[in-house]
Amino acid sequence: MLKSCLNFLTSLRLTVVLLGLALVLVFTGTLAEVHIGLYDAQAEIFRSFFVRWTPPGTHLRIPVFPGGWFIGLALLLNLLAAHIKRFHFTRKRIGILLIHAGLIFLLAGQFFTEQFQVESVMRLPVGGSANYSEDSRQHELALIDVTDPARDKVFPIPEAVLARGGEIRPAGLPFALRVKTYFQNSTPAGPMSGGGEKIKASRGAGRQLLFAAAPETRRMDDENRPSALIEVVAGGQSLGDWTASFWLGKPELAAGLQSEFGALVNTPLTEPQRFQVAGRTYEMALRPVRYYKPYTITLLEFKHDIYAGTDIPSNFSSKIHLRDPARGEDRDVLIRMNTPLRYAGETFYQASFADNDRVSILQVVRNPAALTPYVACSLVAAGLIVQFLTHLIGFARKRAQQLQPLQPRGGPSPALRAAPAGRRSGT
Amino acid sequence: MKKWLPWILTGVFAAWFFSGAMAPKPVNGFDVAAWGRLPVLLNGRVQPLDSVARNSLLGISGASTVTNAAGRPMSATAWLLEVMTSPELADQRKIFRVQHPDLAGKLGAAKEGLIKFSFNDLTNQSQYIKDQAKIIFDAESGQGEEAEKSRDALKKDVLHLYSSLELYFRLKNSLEPEGAEDFAKELEAYEQRIPAGRAALENSDQGKPANQDDLKSINFFFRRYEELSQIAYPLIVPPAPGQPRQAWCNAGTNLMDALATGAVSEPMKDYAKMAGAFNADKPAEFNRAMSDYRVWLRSNGLTSALEAGNQEFFFNHLQPFYVSMVTCVAAVILGCLYWINLSPAARKSGFYLLVLAFAIYTFALLFRMYLQGRPPVTNLYSSAIFIGWAAVLFGLFLERIFQGGIGLVCAGLIGFITLNIADHLALQDVWASPGRGDTMEMLRAVLDTNLWLSTHVVVVTLGYASMFVAGLLAIIYIVRGFFTRSLTPELGKTLARMVYGIVCFATLFSFVGTILGGIWADQSWGRFWGWDPKENGALLIVLWNAMILHARWGGLIKERGLMAMAVFGNIVTSFSWFGVNMLGIGLHSYGFMDAAFRWLMFFDATQVALIILALTPQRHWASFKAATTPAAPPPGARATATE
Repeated sequence: MLKSCLNFLTSLRLTVVLLGLALVLVFTGTLAEVHIGLYDAQAEIFRSFFVRWTPPGTHLRIPVFPGGWFIGLALLLNLLAAHIKRFHFTRKRIGILLIHAGLIFLLAGQFFTEQFQVESVMRLPVGGSANYSEDSRQHELALIDVTDPARDKVFPIPEAVLARGGEIRPAGLPFALRVKTYFQNSTPAGPMSGGGEKIKASRGAGRQLLFAAAPETRRMDDENRPSALIEVVAGGQSLGDWTASFWLGKPELAAGLQSEFGALVNTPLTEPQRFQVAGRTYEMALRPVRYYKPYTITLLEFKHDIYAGTDIPSNFSSKIHLRDPARGEDRDVLIRMNTPLRYAGETFYQASFADNDRVSILQVVRNPAALTPYVACSLVAAGLIVQFLTHLIGFARKRAQQLQPLQPRGGPSPALRAAPAGRRSGT
Repeated sequence: MKKWLPWILTGVFAAWFFSGAMAPKPVNGFDVAAWGRLPVLLNGRVQPLDSVARNSLLGISGASTVTNAAGRPMSATAWLLEVMTSPELADQRKIFRVQHPDLAGKLGAAKEGLIKFSFNDLTNQSQYIKDQAKIIFDAESGQGEEAEKSRDALKKDVLHLYSSLELYFRLKNSLEPEGAEDFAKELEAYEQRIPAGRAALENSDQGKPANQDDLKSINFFFRRYEELSQIAYPLIVPPAPGQPRQAWCNAGTNLMDALATGAVSEPMKDYAKMAGAFNADKPAEFNRAMSDYRVWLRSNGLTSALEAGNQEFFFNHLQPFYVSMVTCVAAVILGCLYWINLSPAARKSGFYLLVLAFAIYTFALLFRMYLQGRPPVTNLYSSAIFIGWAAVLFGLFLERIFQGGIGLVCAGLIGFITLNIADHLALQDVWASPGRGDTMEMLRAVLDTNLWLSTHVVVVTLGYASMFVAGLLAIIYIVRGFFTRSLTPELGKTLARMVYGIVCFATLFSFVGTILGGIWADQSWGRFWGWDPKENGALLIVLWNAMILHARWGGLIKERGLMAMAVFGNIVTSFSWFGVNMLGIGLHSYGFMDAAFRWLMFFDATQVALIILALTPQRHWASFKAATTPAAPPPGARATATE
């Protein structure tokens, strides 16, 4: 029983079946990307153990096909088991070993990347500086102690905590927060607009500008804009409730709101929402998760070049100034398409631009496993070359002898006879 | 005779190739070819007027020549010269091709089929065409690319005609305003009035009394040239001395600038003289003005532009890809002849021709790379070209090693098919947006990296090429085995070896190419793998190759199974190469191509049919039946055949 299990696990038949399943999965996944979008297709088909199907009219999620992780894992087991069972190191097997070692390295590296890669965005107007980048999908409620004009102190609360609701007692702060309402996605609304529940605060900008719930989006080119109604409680007493909204926390969105609703409300929407507790002043903002860095980047110039007489872009580039007192860095850097800046474990790419070329958007990636594909590629390529060249040379020699069949000195050597192209013994 | 046949045939084809290098003869004394060599800037690159003419005409009419009044073909360059200098003649040429019968009928065509209208035929209909186009644009507004992709044939044809007319109008107004009587004289008058006109303008700006006549006449010119500057299409005036190399401008802009510089530029004067001489039927004057202009270019630091024009013109006229395609066909025919009558002379001739075709092909590829200053593959068109080149190279190697004509036929056939595909892609490109399509288009910023274009793209394309070679070898096995008795056990084994060897290379190329693509993505936007459709397509090829190799090593497939899988490789590869572009999403998408989609489906259907043949039991195969009859070849053959 165990033996037949082991035989199955190490068989080439299993490899072929798994590769076939992978083929079907990748093909259907590609087609699915057209219908449900890149993001959902990845989550449901490639980054899952099973592809599930919900029969119409039910909430069941029936597994119908192995997902990317299932097949990847099974292939890995199959590969490892086969190598352990049949491991014997000979010169003839160097190629195969290298190829498979490279593959394992590649898969492991990608797994690490998925787990530990952090992608964020740095948005810089020309002349502007930043010492943080912003996550493009995750949000946080930031409480900022602005009492000291020289230095802000930030207390971030993850969105997941907000979503749970209830009372939050941030460590190191003399007050508690009660999440009264939370919308994962929201849209600004007037008091007269119909529809369901809306957030209306007793303090701050949310007194006049209301927010209604909106359906959650999972599209790549769209984002969720959460809003929450938050009551501040200090010393057992309520200070009132505020609307914390992504619409107010992201400056570009707030500016848009200001121009649309500015005339209707008499609070400036782009100003931070403040309150005071025990003689200290705090600001509250629901905004993208920020990753602070021990250095500052200033955008000196953004260029959007086009080919003469066309509107085809030939290059985008950002000339920035990097200042890191701790490391003694103080220099200008040019970030262009295909030439990112690599600094302190992070890589800055020219990703996009906005506001009529006045704002440059840099993609910031921290990936501890960034080097694995390079190593894996070299291993596999070396393995494939060794493997196929060995075959080719053996074959060419044999062929040369075939073309001169009446050689006086005996037949082909046993080594050559054992290696006709495509046939390997021992499998 | 048989001894010399290979050499004679090769000589004939080589002579044909070299005849293309000779300069075309003047037309009625006008050195039209020299005019076609003149450099202009269009779509972001310096190119000869000949290329502008070819791409425009192809985009408007789908053909590379026009029929003149005498019923004789005239070259694209001659046509453009007419359009730019004597529009009243050009308006009579039937160039506007309408494909849809409903539209053709509406425009007054009596017969069915492909109809070409002249501009004069359409004068009364131009408002109708504009209205129809506006209706389509209005209905689509705000719907983005989706609406564009779902246009039906009639809508597409209406919009094609609309943009063809627009391009034609712009070309007519590219050198002089349409209907200018004597443009050289007009420019002289303009130049004379500039000083007085400028003084009048300055006075009027400062609120001082200004000469109203001067003001009026300078305003007349200025408005005329301002309008021209908005319509004129190719940028025909080179940068003045001291200006940056890319600072070309169109005729209108240059004439407006003349107001500031105080004089009409030399290039404009020369062009105007050429136009006048052509109109007045004075070849000597035309040729003189042109050589004056060439001298001016040379003495003003524009030799490189002049050279670029000369070289691309030479390339256009040589048509090396076309010659190489025809030579490939000849090689295939000779290879098949060898299979029928086993004449060594046929195989030898075919092989020599294939070597010639490969030499021309290589020359063309290198010349194109030189013209563009890029690695060989930069777009779908050039990927087809490169696949053909690599396949011919593989075929030559196979033929050297194995002989028997298989490599020969395989190489010639893929060379022919891919060059044909490239040709259609080029046509589709210029047809989709008349005047803008260009196979040597400039590369968008993210693709602007010779390092990755020459590694990732080239290696992946080599992978495609080897997949197709393996697939075609398998087809040869199946067709010869099923329908003829010519698939001997030895031949079967040889083919299996070839396919296996090529699949090994395909694995190497596709794997390394795919990973290099990931590394490029990591370099340029920070993620190694994003499940983009094009990436998935490449991954499919790698997976399929891995499956073939493991199935073979595990003894799960024998000869016929290998062949069936190799044929399926054609479907996988064509999906990766073309199919994913038709899905129309992701960073790699080139736009939807529905004609190509039908061809792809047709191709896939033929491949499925071949796979079914491959899996048919051996007793239905002509070759294996032959092996079982008593008069069969030596004993032992059957055992091998059933392997």
